[in-house]
Amino acid sequence: MNNKKVSSDFPFYAAMWTAGGMYFALIIALLYADASYTSLDNIKEALNDKSIRASIWLTMQTCWITAVLSIIVAVPTGYILTRFKFPLKRFFDSIIDIPIVLPPLVIGLSLLILFNQVILFDKSIEEWCATILKFLRGILPNSPVFDLPTGITYKVPAIILAQFTVSCAFAIRTMRNTFESLDPRQENVALTLGCNKSKAFWKVVLPQASFGIMTAGILAWARALGEFGPILVFAGATRGKTEVLATTVFLEISIGNLEGAVAVSFLMVSAALIVLIMVRLLGSKKRIW
Amino acid sequence: MISLQNISIKLGQFTLENVSLEIPESKYGVLMGSSGSGKTTIVESICGLKKIKSGKIILDGIDVTNFRPGDRHLGYVPQEGVLFSTMTVKEQIAFGPIVRGWKKPAAFERAEELADSLEIEHLLSRKPAGLSGGESQRVALARALASKPNLVCLDEPLSSLDEDSREKACSLIKKLHQQENFTVLHITHSASEAKLMGDHVFRISEGKLKGV
Repeated sequence: MNNKKVSSDFPFYAAMWTAGGMYFALIIALLYADASYTSLDNIKEALNDKSIRASIWLTMQTCWITAVLSIIVAVPTGYILTRFKFPLKRFFDSIIDIPIVLPPLVIGLSLLILFNQVILFDKSIEEWCATILKFLRGILPNSPVFDLPTGITYKVPAIILAQFTVSCAFAIRTMRNTFESLDPRQENVALTLGCNKSKAFWKVVLPQASFGIMTAGILAWARALGEFGPILVFAGATRGKTEVLATTVFLEISIGNLEGAVAVSFLMVSAALIVLIMVRLLGSKKRIW
Repeated sequence: MISLQNISIKLGQFTLENVSLEIPESKYGVLMGSSGSGKTTIVESICGLKKIKSGKIILDGIDVTNFRPGDRHLGYVPQEGVLFSTMTVKEQIAFGPIVRGWKKPAAFERAEELADSLEIEHLLSRKPAGLSGGESQRVALARALASKPNLVCLDEPLSSLDEDSREKACSLIKKLHQQENFTVLHITHSASEAKLMGDHVFRISEGKLKGV
């Protein structure tokens, strides 16, 4: 019998590594291009700029608020989509993915139309929000803690809402994967041990989902950091008022300060890299990715 | 006492019709059947985790058909134990009693007592990750017994164990059964296990239940 010799594995490995390596090289080349176009002095100069410092501060504030709001919504939504059967479940599931696939500018435009063109009881949602905020300003003490805005559109709340609309979809997807990886029989055991559904959720499910919650929060934060399109349309890009780091890059490019734009980009890349490494570390610890 | 009176269950395409079974108080009942015959479904219905279409479930003389799982006050050991991964062995054994309102010291004392009986006292401070199949099953059994239920449902508690561990687990379960005097419904597909453990043995086949 003429048995054929098993052919080498080299072409298989070579093809795999070449495809993956090329994409990795592209990203590294982009980072190198940014790094070569800026210097430590440019970064220091950017950090000394008052409006950029304000932009960094506003970015941090809005990203954290967005991450917290995303978790608050994503945990129950992910749980419902994983554990409950209800009519039109696939339809709801698909709807939640819309912010992920829709062009960012369309989300901004949709928010703008929703708040300013949709009329509820003779007023737009924007006017209703302004009325509620005015009432709240009247009853809350006059302090920086309660320094409420006068409306939503083209103001700081619009930044948060634009970031939240996209980030929350990613957080929900993460929480869904997390809950799917948990054995539902654990909740059943908790029920037989004397828990009701709520107690089983808080005492058994949630502690096991803690890494997933952290991952969802960090992903939402990172997604909010990179959001630009919906912010530009719904919150505008007013220097010092609705300027976050992504809009700073846009504004610096528009005035021809490429070095400044790249320096700010570099700050964003550094922040994103730290966050993504944290996600990978948490993911590897929980082994759900 | 566990009494199922003509219960019918429908889960998608799978149906069980008019299943009746009775295990007297403090006796050890074993339910046998091949994979997919509905053994786990019956246990989950007794525990209140699956709704039944018709019939009655009577536990210790009380009709619990519409009771929630926690109100049936029984112990449940699912297949593979299904331990809570974030809790230590001691915390999960004491979990049931604490949820049912026991004071923490009493719950932990009960956990230690059961750990001693089941020879897992050296595992009390460990988390479930890394426990062997036999150890996990013993922890799950201790967790189910901690609140002193009168009835215990064991869903293939020995299926994942090797021959030596299985013999040891059998003798430990028997010892605890005599010590604590609870009624047991034990699910298995092994005839030798049924013969060794059961005072009453039932077999389910093609949706029908028979006493053996």
